[in-house]
Amino acid sequence: MTTPPTSSQTVGPFFHLGMVYLEKDNFVAEGVAGERITIRGKVLDGDGQPVPDAVLEIWQADSTGRYPSEFSPRNSASPRFLGFGRIETDDHGEFRFTTIKPGRAPAPDGSLQAPHIVVTLFSRGLLKPLRTRLYFPDEPGNVDDAVLRQVPPARRSTLMATRAGKRGAQDVPENVFDWNIVMQGDGETVFFDY
Amino acid sequence: MKAASYQRAAAGTQPDYFYPPYVSTSKRHPKQPLILLPHTLSELTGPVFGHSDIGENDNDLTRQHSGEAVGERIIVSGRVLDEEGRAIPGALVEVWQTNAAGRYRHRVDQHDAPLDPNFTGCGRVLTDTEGRYRFVTIKPGAYPWQNHPNAWRPAHIHFSLFGAGLLSRLVTQMYFPGDPLLRFDPVLNSVPDENARNRLISLFDWNTTMPGHALGYHFDIVLRGRLATPVEVHA
Repeated sequence: MTTPPTSSQTVGPFFHLGMVYLEKDNFVAEGVAGERITIRGKVLDGDGQPVPDAVLEIWQADSTGRYPSEFSPRNSASPRFLGFGRIETDDHGEFRFTTIKPGRAPAPDGSLQAPHIVVTLFSRGLLKPLRTRLYFPDEPGNVDDAVLRQVPPARRSTLMATRAGKRGAQDVPENVFDWNIVMQGDGETVFFDY
Repeated sequence: MKAASYQRAAAGTQPDYFYPPYVSTSKRHPKQPLILLPHTLSELTGPVFGHSDIGENDNDLTRQHSGEAVGERIIVSGRVLDEEGRAIPGALVEVWQTNAAGRYRHRVDQHDAPLDPNFTGCGRVLTDTEGRYRFVTIKPGAYPWQNHPNAWRPAHIHFSLFGAGLLSRLVTQMYFPGDPLLRFDPVLNSVPDENARNRLISLFDWNTTMPGHALGYHFDIVLRGRLATPVEVHA
């Protein structure tokens, strides 16, 4: 006899009260191996307006493609790499976090997924979280990725971060990536049914 | 811990993204079809928290300041279970709420109700080996919001939980029995199935009442997923 899972409810506008203590925008603890990268972006609503009261939760593998938990058949990940963080949007709807570029984690069929970061979005007006993924440009693994393959080709670009260094100021380092989350409307980000 | 397997939600037990009576959903729900996600290791794994993440008084919201908080002291407790009714030990539970007057200690809440200098309104705990959790707090108050004319949220406590993997993640709200505002609340009523809605309402519980000190409310939480085998708590 099974019981259905408890129903989701909105996180509401006051989540900072309960969630700030686990917030982290820098995942690069001392001793953690990997290429340092910064992701920055904006959350936008159906009117194209910034969402200043959203919170992102990210989950990612370490630089070798291992998840920091005992589930991973490839065993333990780098020391002190939690792989998880919360980042809230600021008054302009913007977020920013620094992490290490994830490696390629296994897919169910034994192949390797492309490097990606799992992103869960909570906010007022969301009765349950939105789930999406962030992928990296110019990765050979993107072509065969088990999840990207399910996405209509015309919409895949919404999951693709872009290198900030290639547009705008010359002093933006190569390892900064831009990626927005569009909750509704033109250029709506791909969200997953899970 | 062992990986869980996940099935799709039973009809009506989860809200849709668009629920017009809850006005904020209008501009924040996706309009494009969701893409069915294969469950890879990225979804089956999730962060694991330990006792170093919890402070000594984090489960007692009435004693986080020099004086005691004002309001009706309550014990809120229950079990965190998987879909087969098995206990989930070591699950992180985070809560936040208004004070007794219905005011959040948050810059966005500036409505006309007093703050309590002895109450912040947030706490956290890890479930024990039998999946149990327990908080001591103050019964929160209802508060007005701008959703529609004379709109009031019923008294509620926000709950955030991490289970075995990412797909077990739950953010919900716990309500109180007999609250006259429940049947008018768009957030609660976004859940189509009546039984599912009722499971968000805590039960008055004589067993956890402390005579002369606090009333008790019971609230069990079921996280998505079926664990393959029972798990052990890691200290």
